[in-house]
This record gives sequence, C-alpha cells and structure tokens, in this order.
Amino acid sequence: MIEIKDLHKSYRMGSNSLHVLKGINFSVEDGELVAIMGSSGSGKSTLLNILGMLDVADSGSYHLDGVPIKDLSETKAAQYRNKFLGFIFQSFNLINYKNAIENVALPLYYQRIGRKERQEKALKYLERVGLKQWATHLPSELSGGQKQRVAIARAMAAEPKVLLADEPTGALDSTTSYEVMDLIQKINDEGNTILVVTHEEDIAHMCKRIVHLKDGVIVEDKMVEQVRAAQYVQ
Amino acid sequence: MFNRDRWKEILEVLTSNWFRTLLTAFGVFWGIFILIILLAAGKGLENGIRVDFGDIATNTMFMWTRRTTKPYEGLPKDRRFEFKRSDVQSIRDNVPNLRFISPRNQLGGFSGGGNNVIRGLNAGAYNVYGDYPEIINQDPMTVTSGRFINYNDIEQNRKVAVIGLGVKNELYDKGEEVLGTYIKIQGVNFMVVGTYKKNSSDGGEEAQKEIFVPFTAFSQAFNMGEVVGWMAITANDGHSISVLKDDIINLMKSNHKVHPEDTRAIGFFDLYQQYNRVESLFAGIRWIAIIVGTFVLISGIIGVSNIMLIVVKERTKEIGIRRALGESPWSIKKQILMESIFLTLISGMTGIIFGALAIYGINTLLDSVGPVDMFLNPSVSVKVVAGALSVLVIAGLLAGFLPANSAIRVRPIEALRTE
Ligand SMILES: Nc1ncnc2c1ncn2[C@@H]1O[C@H](COP(=O)(O)OP(=O)(O)OP(=O)(O)O)[C@@H](O)[C@H]1O
Ligand SMILES: [Mg+2]
Repeated sequence: MIEIKDLHKSYRMGSNSLHVLKGINFSVEDGELVAIMGSSGSGKSTLLNILGMLDVADSGSYHLDGVPIKDLSETKAAQYRNKFLGFIFQSFNLINYKNAIENVALPLYYQRIGRKERQEKALKYLERVGLKQWATHLPSELSGGQKQRVAIARAMAAEPKVLLADEPTGALDSTTSYEVMDLIQKINDEGNTILVVTHEEDIAHMCKRIVHLKDGVIVEDKMVEQVRAAQYVQ
Repeated sequence: MFNRDRWKEILEVLTSNWFRTLLTAFGVFWGIFILIILLAAGKGLENGIRVDFGDIATNTMFMWTRRTTKPYEGLPKDRRFEFKRSDVQSIRDNVPNLRFISPRNQLGGFSGGGNNVIRGLNAGAYNVYGDYPEIINQDPMTVTSGRFINYNDIEQNRKVAVIGLGVKNELYDKGEEVLGTYIKIQGVNFMVVGTYKKNSSDGGEEAQKEIFVPFTAFSQAFNMGEVVGWMAITANDGHSISVLKDDIINLMKSNHKVHPEDTRAIGFFDLYQQYNRVESLFAGIRWIAIIVGTFVLISGIIGVSNIMLIVVKERTKEIGIRRALGESPWSIKKQILMESIFLTLISGMTGIIFGALAIYGINTLLDSVGPVDMFLNPSVSVKVVAGALSVLVIAGLLAGFLPANSAIRVRPIEALRTE
C-alpha cells in the first residue's frame, strides 16, 4: 500500500539547514495498523505529512497503492488527498462554523457527490462513530472525544485507502483516548490501513506494528501483540 | 458554480462578522450612491437647459436673404433678392433628410414700428407671423385654448389667428371670451381661434406677445405675393442641420444667381451649433460625475480587498483543513472571488437603490415646490445602472483577486500549522 525508499527531508532556515529525515525506508501492507513513535522533534509529523502529500520530500521515492507520488501539481495533490487519504489531527481541525454532519460531508463535496447522497453517507459515518444524534451540533457544542470521532468520521467518509492520524489522542484524557483507539481498531478490523503517530506506549501497543524513529532514521520496526482498547472502555 | 453549498458558505462567511461586513459594504455603497446622485444631478441640469432649447428645435436653422456682396452672371453686387415659395419646393426636392421646411413671413419686430393690431379701443405692437402648422414643432409652444393653425386654414386662406397670452392680456379684459372674436391686423380682420403660451424661458415677455396666422392668408392680406421672408428648417433625427445647411444655402444661391463664394448674401442662424456648445458642457459634467464616483468607488473596492485579505488571513487554518481534505486551489480561489463579488454587488445594488430613492425624493420635492430654474427631472438611465452593475462585478473580481491568490499561496502544511 505504502512504499517509500530512501526518503530525505531537510528544512532550511536562513543559512542553516535542519536534516530531519535521513533516509527512511519503509513499507506498509494493506490492512496494517502502524504506530510511529519517537521523541519530540524526531520527524514523525514530517514523515506523516509527506505521506499525506501535504509536504514534499527532498529526495527518495514514494508509491501509494502503486501510484508514484512525485512532482504533483497542487490541484493533482488535492485530488489524490481526497481520493486516497483521510487525515486525523491532534487538534481535530473541524471547521467551527459547520455542524458535525457538514464537516463529515466536506470531503464528499470535493468529490462532487450530490447533496442528498452526501448527507446520507455523512450520516452513515456519524452513526458508525456513534454520533448520529449530534449531527446538527456545532463543534463548539461537542466534547474533545466527540470532536475527534467526528474528525474520524470525516476521514472515513471519502473511503480513502489510508488513514493518517497525527497524535489523535494527544489532546484527550486516557478514557477518551481508549474510546478513540477502540474506534480506530474497529475501523482497522474492517481492513482499512491506518498509520498512527503517538508518544504514548499504551496507545502504540494498541496497534499491530510499532516503528521507532530517532534522529531521522528508523531504529526499530517490530510487530506487536495488539492490546484491544475495548477492555478499557465503559 | 452557483450551487447551493457555495451560496450557503458565502453567506456563512459574510454573516459571521456583521459589523465588519456592513462597514466594508458601506465603502462600495457610498461610491455607487455618489456616482448615481452626481449623474442624476448632471442629467437634471441638462434636462433643465434642454427644455429652454425646446426639443426638436435643437436641430433647426433659420435662413433669410441679405444683399449680395459679389457681382455674378452680369448681375451687380448690392443686389436685393427674396426667397419665393418655389424655393421651399426646390429645397424639398433637392435636399433629403429634412423634417420640416417652414416658410415664414413677419410683420412688426424687425420691420419695427408702432401699433399694428387693434381690437376695439385697445391696440398694441406685436410680431405677426404668417406660418405653416409645422412651426409649432420648431418654435415650441403650448396651445392653452382653441387650436393652432391647420392645413384647412392654409388651403382655404382663412383669416384666423392664434394669439399669445401677452396679446390676450393687453387686448382683452379679464375673463372676456377670446375665441371667435376678431382683431384687426394692419386693417385686416382676423378671427382668433386659439391662444398659446411659450414655455421657453428665454425670450421672456416678448415671446408671449406674438400672433400666428396662416401663411397663405398672410400673403394675401398683406400683399406679399410669392415672397417668403425667411425659413425655419429642421433636419430629421440622426441628421445634423449643420451638415445639411451648406447644401441648402448652395441651392438657394444657385436659385437666385448669387455668386457661390458670396458668404454674406444669405443669413442664417444654426441652433444646432449653439446647442452643441451646451452639449459639450453636459458631457463635461457627466465626466466629472463619473470620475468623482469612480474614485469613491475605487476606495470602496480597496476597502473590500483589504477586508477580504484579513478574512483570508483569519481563515488560513480553515483553508489548510479544506485543502488537506482535498479541495482544489481553484475552488478556494473561486470561493473567495465569489464572496468578494457578492459583497461588492450587494452593497453596490443597495447604493443604486438608495440613489434611486434619493432621486425619487428630490423629484417629488421639485414637483411640490414647482419648477426650479435650469433643473428638471434628475434621473439616471437604465443603461447607466446596467453599466454600474457590470463595473461592480469587475470591481468585485479585482477586489477579490489579491486575497484569493494569497489564500492559495500558503502551502497546506503551513496553513494547518497556524493557530
Ligand atoms: N516548517 C518547518 N520549518 C523548520 N523546521 C521545522 C518545520 N517543521 C518541523 N521542523 C523541525 O523539524 C523537526 C522535526 O519536526 P516534526 O514536527 O516532524 O517532529 P515530531 O516528531 O512530530 O515532534 P513532536 O512529537 O513534537 O510532534 C523539528 O526539529 C522541528 O523543529
Ligand atoms: Mg509531531
């Protein structure tokens, strides 16, 4: 599903240049649930953003589902993001003047799906994350956990190939974090490929594979026994 | 492009900060309002002055004979000559695009002198014209009672007269019946069949002291024979009398054996030329209105552009989210352009509506206080309004251009990082 080879990325700041990713080789199969760990500043977000086509690498190759991701125009990148990827952010990134269902329907709108079908689909995904009754509420009327669930529904709505989550539980307390992880596990159970960046060991162990990043390279890549989040919920 | 979701979004954005939206809208509103008011005021002035010219009269010339100043074909200089009735037909046959050709004769006025009209014990000195019915179009007047001269009068040499209100006031007592009575013009009885009033403000009192009688009866009564004293000639709409004038005068010169280069033998007065001078004044006023209005409008547009820039800046993060979700840069650009056009158009149309209301108010006021000198019926044409609307759309586009570009210049990753 994801295939990257010798990926490099540095940030230039004035005359200095900060080499963040120093040759990442990494592949993810269909249906995997991967945790990306590492200390702060190790380049986790940078990697995820490159995978999400929000940023571009300096060198190296990236294939997504066999499609080479290289030299994309902004329009093409937007199209690919819409079709292939779903984003889940630490700070939820819901649009505050749109209610839950409108937020979820947004990626479908960019696919030019008709209004009615959009509403139906968005409602279906809200139901999946258990927020059907909250469909017409604005983000400001939702709790952190609920917001993140709306964001997950939104990421799922366009039925992307890969879900990318950058510290999805970073802003949530542990109970709510487990609820969100429970949801992510369930989505993964249905065969969706998911990458989760996290700081927290317990969250990482709820994935099936942990990749450790240090100083811009992968220092450890191991399969783990998945801890089900469901047992901590309720 | 104009789907429901876009509109919803435009409204959401513009109504999220009412105060700011209104403040921005006011700039454009004011610009258009000023433009409309200035144009209407210019038009009012134009209408006011135009009325003084009469309407068709502006494309009219007057022509009379003088003495020749050059000998020609054996004829001496300083020769007198006179237009004849046959000249009228000759012009009609040879010069196209003329609307009215009115031969005229006149007593009093130029020929001067004492009282020429008597009624009972009253007498007065008036200009008396022998005219064709068309003259009422060239020398506009309002018939206040009875009727004007008609073709039956002409054909039957009827001795009838239409008198001005000034004449009536002097020859008749207050409340006395005028129609059907007789007045004696240089010893010849004419029956009064109508009275008139001229609205022309130039000419003043004198303009109300004229008497019009049929051309034929005039010729017969005062022994004019075939002579035509002078002519009033009006060109068709779309043709300028100033252009046709040369043909007419040349024709007259050849009819009367006047040297082609004798420029003084035929006198004329071209109203159209006079009128054109005033016309260019109107054009000047229009330009001032347009320039002032445009400057105010431009400042309004800059205001809109500024606010849109701020709005875009505030929405940087949102735009980042949208792009992460797959909205194309062009779609974002379009959204911002449409917001800008919408805001400009709505405030501009409000300006037009308020401008129209103000004009309506002024007109009502003018109607109630009666006519004001040199100012009448200020208005703007549909053409101007349509023009203003298209200017607004373009203005909105221009105002949105910079903000729209700045919205997509930020890379999605940076946009997402902003707080
Ligand atoms: N746009 C940027 N310009 C300059 N430097 C940047 C930029 N983005 C990230 N960096 C730097 O690159 C390094 C890696 O950043 P990145 O955000 O990938 O770290 P991270 O692993 O996600 O850290 P955290 O766990 O704190 O989120 C950091 O040192 C950061 O300061
Ligand atoms: Mg990070």
